[in-house]
Amino acid sequence: MESNKRKQELLKEFLPQLEKTSILWYAWVAFLFGAIFLGIYCLVLQILKGHIITGMRDNVVWGVYIVNFIFFMGISYAGALVSGSMHLFKTSWRGPILRIAELTTIIALFIGPLYILLCIGRLDRLPFLFMYPRIQSPITWDVIAITTDLFGCLIYLYLSFIRDFALLRDSGDTKLPKWRINLYTWLALGYHDTPSQRKRIKNVTNIMSAMIIAIAIIVYSVLAWIFSVTLQPGWHSTIFGPYFVIAAVFSGAGVIIILMRVFRSIYHLEKYITKQHFVGVGMILMILSMFFAYFTFSEYLTKWYGSKKLDDNLIQILFTQYFWQFVFSNYVGTLLPIIIMGIPRFRTINTITFAAIVAVFALWMNRYLIVVPTLETPYMPIQDTRPEWILYKATWIEWCLTFGGIGTFCLLFTLAAKFVPIIPVSEVADAELEMSAELAKGQNNYEATITTPIKKQIVLKKEANEL
Amino acid sequence: MDNSLNERKNNRRKFLRVSFLTGLSAVAAKTGFADIPVDPEKESGEMVTLLSPDGQLVKVAKEKINYMEKYISPEASRQGIPHRKFVMVIDLAKCKNARKCVENCQKAHHLPPHQEFMKVYLMQESEEAAPYWMPKPCFHCDKPLCVSVCPVGATYKRSDGIVLIDNERCIGCKFCMTGCPYSARQFNWADSPYLHVDQPYSPETSVPGKEGTVSKCDFCPDMIRDGKMPHCVSACPMGVIYFGDQLEDIVTNGEETIRFSELISSRSGYRHLEDLGTKPSVYYLPPVNRQFPVDRGFDNDDEINQRYKDVPYVKKMHKN
Repeated sequence: MESNKRKQELLKEFLPQLEKTSILWYAWVAFLFGAIFLGIYCLVLQILKGHIITGMRDNVVWGVYIVNFIFFMGISYAGALVSGSMHLFKTSWRGPILRIAELTTIIALFIGPLYILLCIGRLDRLPFLFMYPRIQSPITWDVIAITTDLFGCLIYLYLSFIRDFALLRDSGDTKLPKWRINLYTWLALGYHDTPSQRKRIKNVTNIMSAMIIAIAIIVYSVLAWIFSVTLQPGWHSTIFGPYFVIAAVFSGAGVIIILMRVFRSIYHLEKYITKQHFVGVGMILMILSMFFAYFTFSEYLTKWYGSKKLDDNLIQILFTQYFWQFVFSNYVGTLLPIIIMGIPRFRTINTITFAAIVAVFALWMNRYLIVVPTLETPYMPIQDTRPEWILYKATWIEWCLTFGGIGTFCLLFTLAAKFVPIIPVSEVADAELEMSAELAKGQNNYEATITTPIKKQIVLKKEANEL
Repeated sequence: MDNSLNERKNNRRKFLRVSFLTGLSAVAAKTGFADIPVDPEKESGEMVTLLSPDGQLVKVAKEKINYMEKYISPEASRQGIPHRKFVMVIDLAKCKNARKCVENCQKAHHLPPHQEFMKVYLMQESEEAAPYWMPKPCFHCDKPLCVSVCPVGATYKRSDGIVLIDNERCIGCKFCMTGCPYSARQFNWADSPYLHVDQPYSPETSVPGKEGTVSKCDFCPDMIRDGKMPHCVSACPMGVIYFGDQLEDIVTNGEETIRFSELISSRSGYRHLEDLGTKPSVYYLPPVNRQFPVDRGFDNDDEINQRYKDVPYVKKMHKN
């Protein structure tokens, strides 16, 4: 069968990534483990000495941890939304970046909830969440939502892996150790690409991709409601649900671009992840940054325009003490992607990556500005002699745990990329075949034999021009 | 032979235990230790004469006496004291930041120096408005957001209006702290000697506190059960704080006892941030016809005075 041949051919190309590990790779993994162990050390310290070693106090009861929680959950939902909608709407160029988006989803989803655990004073009582649940608490909503999301994403990710597992099982003469082949065999669930299996997996993936979009929106809204159900002036806002969803996809698109850039150079995927992909995801980033800027603007405009004392306090502190952070997160972070993507001359892979990096940092800072200054301007004036109890400043413990989380994200990504090809081989091969089949039907018969991705790009560009 | 000896020994031990414990429970009623269930199977036939609440002398078998328990377990503390709705009225005209309420509360609840269930704020509504001292306990709201948002039911509203925290249930997520608009709640950030008190924990006493959990003013239900006023009320030398029962329509500051409704209506009582709709159980009487000039409140340590440095009135005072 032609498709199978092409798939094996593609797989051969990617196998070296799975087979060989360089010293640099080990060094990188060791470095990540270092970061993770530092995080674990800090966690142990925090458990032993109590939350007093963090910068959190009675006014600012949540700090960098909850910011990281929202941030990682956001990246995760973005991955789900991007991969889900690209799959659902059959975006033609989705193939090579689909797996990056899916892996982002699931890995960030493992790390996010860890951060909310860091905010909890008594980790030994976590089972109470299930032993004495109270459905009226938004935290209970979140527990339900995140577990649903986790299962949904795992199923979706697994579905997208099955065909490649089958390929890896059938690949024959690989240098992979026996146990890995056995594992692939087991994970492939006896998939042999028969027409009925193929149809079934396609249907299930379609259903799951639609479901995952819905779940992601619901889950991130629930997360936003944790904040907006309170009476805090900076949080008690009706737009927080959609605002958070938009912000999530915004940051997630940024992370996907960064990861595309990273894997493109270390795995030499120039042939597969092309400028077109960067421009494609960059466009998503631009559109979302416009939405995000719009939401941010209307959120702060209404607060600033009115005369409510508490809103005024918040705006005051944002524009004095947090001025540069505010400018960076809400002006630079939103305008830069728009400028870089909006003017075709500026669109190169590196500038798009730069815009993505800025966008991701800006969004993290934006979350920080939502959480911390709000808690620093409560209804009752803060009258205390201890400066550290008035204004929040994250301690090294909190930063180390933050880096530990980022380290875990990188490590899981590194290991995942060692376990399965970072480019979904079956998906790409199928897309190529579909493309050539379609072309064969049309008048462009001379291009019907096209199989390589580079030629595919030419075709795509041609199509785009025709449009 | 062996058996009967053992039985006799057991009986003797049981007797000793019961008599010792009965004695102890009498002590417990005073000092707040555990209640002792009396073995119902053991009957000595001894009768005790007691005075019933309606003034009749009654004879009760000694074993049947159920000594009123002072120790309220976390489970039992979820039930309010029946037929009560506790309210507090704070007369701002009388407060001069003497801080006796704060100090006594801290002592009774074993709080470290900086942790205060009762806080005294220097409030000033606007730069032109007169500043005043405002003692602020937990408001024990009738629509408490802190209770709604708790994921494990560690904080609860009782039938008598009191909002308590069970720190054996609290997971320390701090959601209630962000939910409370009055900054009434505090977190036990670190272990400290203050948390090590040799007495069984009850949410009604909030003692001993537990690291990694949330705590706050509890309206001292342990004192109320004893027929006494909460510590802040009895400590105040000015009689600023009135405490009582809204159903009985009576509040007292220890010196005078007044009808609650009358006090509120004649003195224009109000609740802080009423428009948030949380329905506090703590009312304030506006600071009119004051007994002390506001500056008397600065007769405190410098450390205390430093707290109020950002209030416009204090800033102005320092300038002159």
